[in-house]
Amino acid sequence: MEQAQAIAETGNGAAGAASAQTAAHAIHTRDLNLWYGDFQALYDINLDIKQGIITSLIGPSGCGKTTFLRSINRINERLGYVRIQGAVEVYGHDIFAPGVEIAQVRKQIGMVFQRPNPLPISIRDNVLFGFNLHGEVRRRLHRSEQDEIVEGALRQVLLWDAVKDHLDRKATELSLEEQQKLCIARLLPVKPRVLLMDEPCSALDPKGTEAVEELIWGLAGEYTILIVTHNMAQARRASDECIFMLMGKVVEHGDTADTFVTPVHKETADYIEGRYG
Amino acid sequence: MFAATHLNVQNMRRQSLVQILFMLMTAILILPVLIILATLIYKGGPAISFEFLFSDPRDGMTAGGIFPALVGTVWLVAVALLVSVPLGVAAAIYLSEFAPQNWFTRIINLAIINLAGVPSIVHALFGVGAFVLFFGFGTSILAAALTLAIMTLPVVIVATRESLQAVPLAFREACWNMGATRWQTIHRVVLPNAVSGILTGVILEVSRTTGETAPIMFTGAAFFLPFLPESVFDQTMALSLHLFVVSTQVPGVPDEMPYGVALVLIGMVLAMNSVSIAFRMYLRGKKKW
Ligand SMILES: Nc1ncnc2c1ncn2[C@@H]1O[C@H](COP(=O)(O)OP(=O)(O)O)[C@@H](O)[C@H]1O
Ligand SMILES: [Mg+2]
Repeated sequence: MEQAQAIAETGNGAAGAASAQTAAHAIHTRDLNLWYGDFQALYDINLDIKQGIITSLIGPSGCGKTTFLRSINRINERLGYVRIQGAVEVYGHDIFAPGVEIAQVRKQIGMVFQRPNPLPISIRDNVLFGFNLHGEVRRRLHRSEQDEIVEGALRQVLLWDAVKDHLDRKATELSLEEQQKLCIARLLPVKPRVLLMDEPCSALDPKGTEAVEELIWGLAGEYTILIVTHNMAQARRASDECIFMLMGKVVEHGDTADTFVTPVHKETADYIEGRYG
Repeated sequence: MFAATHLNVQNMRRQSLVQILFMLMTAILILPVLIILATLIYKGGPAISFEFLFSDPRDGMTAGGIFPALVGTVWLVAVALLVSVPLGVAAAIYLSEFAPQNWFTRIINLAIINLAGVPSIVHALFGVGAFVLFFGFGTSILAAALTLAIMTLPVVIVATRESLQAVPLAFREACWNMGATRWQTIHRVVLPNAVSGILTGVILEVSRTTGETAPIMFTGAAFFLPFLPESVFDQTMALSLHLFVVSTQVPGVPDEMPYGVALVLIGMVLAMNSVSIAFRMYLRGKKKW
């Protein structure tokens, strides 16, 4: 419980980072191994993901990108046959420590999925959903306060102008692009510190992809963003650092520009070239 | 260039043949239902009157109406529903949303499905043993309704579980990822999206209890009791048993009477089903996905 509290407090920003050394690293993993039953999907993942930047995660299908993402917000554990070893610290706090409240972990670490998954309620209610989950039961917000939250979140994802006149429309009636933007927007009122995005543009057309990329750019700095992508061009233009994974292992992690121009490992070069263009 | 080839013609013929065959099979299925309904309406229709529905049986059940039986059936079904729906829905929520998905849960699920297949006469005997004798409710509406409830529990659980599992995983994941607890997820997203399925499924399944005879025969339904029950500890007449009695047990019953009773019984089941279907359509219209 204390641990959860600690994460919650840092989440409020006021308490700030736990220490100077962890301040630079939003996500720190040490010898992270993960098994689905007998199948090992992650091998000794040691990563330090910097705070406030966009890090892209690339690699061929099945190399464990989704698995890695899903272990950081502990959503993998829902499957009874998943076994995890090693440590993951988020802003200096061990997410597997005893007493950590899973709900708090997920509140701090938002996730965007491959397929947009808005809830079948109004746009407005979608944005407020997460916020209401964590709000005090007794204190109901005034309508005007709610409106502010909704507008703020929707503006941040560049969706406000398109939907401001019909906030009561069902979210599931929006276009895929708008749905995905909404799925990002509804994370924001909860004030997460990390946003995990699993191929957030793969269901979108090129125009939608561009729009969503643009908004992700806008979120960097305020949030630490870890984004899985199959699109090399996207990784290259839209991320500061880049991690290349292969068969459950991290092969390379470095500055995106360097990785793409002068990859250290041959596998990285092969993958980048094979997929590029 | 676009004219049909020999092969086209053959394929088309084969298709028509299959189509006609399947249509015939459907007809064979529907025909008995239509015949039963037509017979009931033709033979039982003349028996139906205000007096028939709202007066007591007279002259050793060879005349008069069916009011006590009608009221008794409503009592039995209502009490049974009141018990089995909350219990069954809660159990289904636990089994599908909370219980760890391990061998033990799987065995329980299997047992529930098997329970649905237990013959109603066995439930009747269980009801006598448990409710009439052990709990000392005597032969009463309570004992009979509880027996019906036990009998319908498995179908209520199965119908509820199916509705719960029809709610897409994506909705739940969306919730979990905003830090919702399991209960928050269930109560804010899963249930609102499953409730129409649960209600209609449950009503459809439970409406069948209206016609059950065996489970209530030994536990609370009386042969002839020409006054209304005052509490759940009274015995009562019931339509299903009354139908059995007037068609086989008493001499001198006018021909149209058993048909009339059957017609009312079927009418009740159909009415419940229609309500459930109308309700489903109403909720679907409101449904957001
Ligand atoms: N739920 C699961 N159960 C069993 N194996 C899984 C499961 N999810 C993923 N895997 C396996 O783990 C490996 C990594 O999968 P994943 O993380 O989805 O890869 P990626 O996202 O990089 O395509 C794959 O070999 C996949 O088959
Ligand atoms: Mg994946």
